Amino acid sequence: MDERSLHIVIVGHVDHGKSTLVGRLFHDTGSLPAEKMNEIRRACEELGKPFEFAYIMDNFEEERKKGITIDIAHTFFATPKRRYVIIDAPGHKEFLKNMVSGTSQAEAALLLVDISQGIQEQTLRHCFVLSLLGVRQIAVIVNKMDLVGYSKERFDAVSRDAIAALARFNLAPAYIIPISASAGENVAAKSPISSWYEGPTVLEALDSFEPLKVEEKGLRFPVQDVYEVSGKSVPVGRVEAGRLKPGQEVVVYPGKTKTRITCVMKFMEEGMTEAGTGECVGITAEAALKRGDILADTEPAFITSSVRANIFWMVDQDYRLGLPMVFKCATQEAIGRIDKIYKRFDPATEKTEDDLTVIKPAEVAEVEITLDGMVAIDSFSEIPELGRFVLEHAGTPVAGGIII
Amino acid sequence: MDHLTALENKSIFIIREAYYRFKDIAMLWSVGKDSTTLLWLCRKAFFGKIPFPVIHIDTTYKFPEMYKFRDEYAKKWGLDLIVGRNDGQVEAGMGPGKGTKLDCCNELKTNALKQTIAKHGFKALLLGIRRDEHGIRAKERIFSPRDEQFKWNYEDQPAELWDQYRSTVADDNHCRVHPILHMTEMDIWKYVQRENIPISELYLSKEGKRFRSIGCAPCCNPIDSAASSVDEIVTELETTTTSERAGRAQDKEDAYTMQKLRSLGYM
Repeated sequence: MDERSLHIVIVGHVDHGKSTLVGRLFHDTGSLPAEKMNEIRRACEELGKPFEFAYIMDNFEEERKKGITIDIAHTFFATPKRRYVIIDAPGHKEFLKNMVSGTSQAEAALLLVDISQGIQEQTLRHCFVLSLLGVRQIAVIVNKMDLVGYSKERFDAVSRDAIAALARFNLAPAYIIPISASAGENVAAKSPISSWYEGPTVLEALDSFEPLKVEEKGLRFPVQDVYEVSGKSVPVGRVEAGRLKPGQEVVVYPGKTKTRITCVMKFMEEGMTEAGTGECVGITAEAALKRGDILADTEPAFITSSVRANIFWMVDQDYRLGLPMVFKCATQEAIGRIDKIYKRFDPATEKTEDDLTVIKPAEVAEVEITLDGMVAIDSFSEIPELGRFVLEHAGTPVAGGIII
Repeated sequence: MDHLTALENKSIFIIREAYYRFKDIAMLWSVGKDSTTLLWLCRKAFFGKIPFPVIHIDTTYKFPEMYKFRDEYAKKWGLDLIVGRNDGQVEAGMGPGKGTKLDCCNELKTNALKQTIAKHGFKALLLGIRRDEHGIRAKERIFSPRDEQFKWNYEDQPAELWDQYRSTVADDNHCRVHPILHMTEMDIWKYVQRENIPISELYLSKEGKRFRSIGCAPCCNPIDSAASSVDEIVTELETTTTSERAGRAQDKEDAYTMQKLRSLGYM
């Protein structure tokens, strides 16, 4: 088990059982210490409630009293196959920024659907976020099967709806699994009650997901900072794509000047011959470098001061055309404003709005952003690390964006 | 990339990002295994010389072994060590026997930290908390703002997408930065093992007992254990069913003590 952890986000509409499923998964795989169980028992007794699996994730007093999830929780567990980080996301529209924060870290998703309610507003919104952020490995979990007597007909009907909902955003489920999170059916162990179901349990589905592969691509090394080490100038950063080697000829974007890497280094590691994708290193180079420089050995898709992108608006205030914001992509930063909104819509309804001077909370918009400086960017589908960005206003992240 | 190397790279990226954002930054070092690991990662991030102060919040109730360890490695690693203490409360006799645990932690840790931050004008702190330690910490962001009262507005935390961290702190008192939030207790021990990071002898078994989590002596209980080396601790943790902080008194007064402590500015 030397492989890094697989990050899974749990999404779906309010009260469809996300936190309960995670609690059940932890409980049934013996991943919970005895004190945690006792703590939850005590908390439930104080509130006069039966044992609540969701409390494993919902730890705020407010969350337990109201029976909701406010913010994401990251928890850890392992199967004999590998380690997992499970990110439980809130289902309320008001907490969408938290759900997006969690999903931005995920490689696969479990989408919960309550059998008695079917596809709801947040189910659709969350499907859209998965699609936009490029999370393609999805298992649909049809929960609360106990409420419908484990009916195959009801399950088939909801399955059809789920496939159709995901298809609207160009997604397809790897599995559709009938479960009862509260009763523990088909979560860690196969349920004898739903004998008509022949697919995997939730646990087996997780183990079948694959970590995202590091593909061979052109080098992208955004300079993060420049330190002085033993009297020498040492730019530092993380290799976001490709490989970095001593002796390599690179181009510094967005200025397009050429330079040569003379040394690649880490503390207490002598004689490094290469740094691969994901490694944080220091370098020495012939040219003077600064934060925001992008070192590359293939040309980025766009060297531009005008960015065309899909953005999702995460805060409660509306955006009005022309309001200045800070554009942040890798270590590049520039002041910018949205000059044109091509279209905007609420992913839950997909109805496009006519007023193209404003973007409202939880909406998605296709926009043109004009920056006061040049940046080097790629399309999200080619090099995700240089194809995604955050917009900040007054120090608060207000939107995330994907470069088309 | 293997698991531990992936964790290390994530931490170093966060540490460097924090230092770029905030020149008035310091690291909190409790002398426990987590913040000692964080210290190790900071040394790696800055090629051996940490360019900011390291703060030890001294309640005066720490184990003698901890003070010895602190002074030894502060010297060895050339640290700019600041010892922060709430002298007024210490002199007034505040301690684990007086008032509630919540009062004692709040005065001798949180308020000592407040005084230290005010005195030195720090705008950011690196802290070695981890998501798997406690359900409340599982909800933390990597960059987590605190207001004038040190309050953590946990009901409305800023969005944090990919590796883009919130940059300014106009109205904030300071920003908490958590570079090892993504590590588990087991990750820490395996990393300590791989890197050969020095740790306090209190973690190693003597006469059948060792500490799994260390803090103030009166509020820490040892566990029964024969693990007298880091290798043996790793093996022990693979089979244990108790939680790491089971020996920490302040977590247990009531179900939400940790939430209350943290909302008041506790680590």
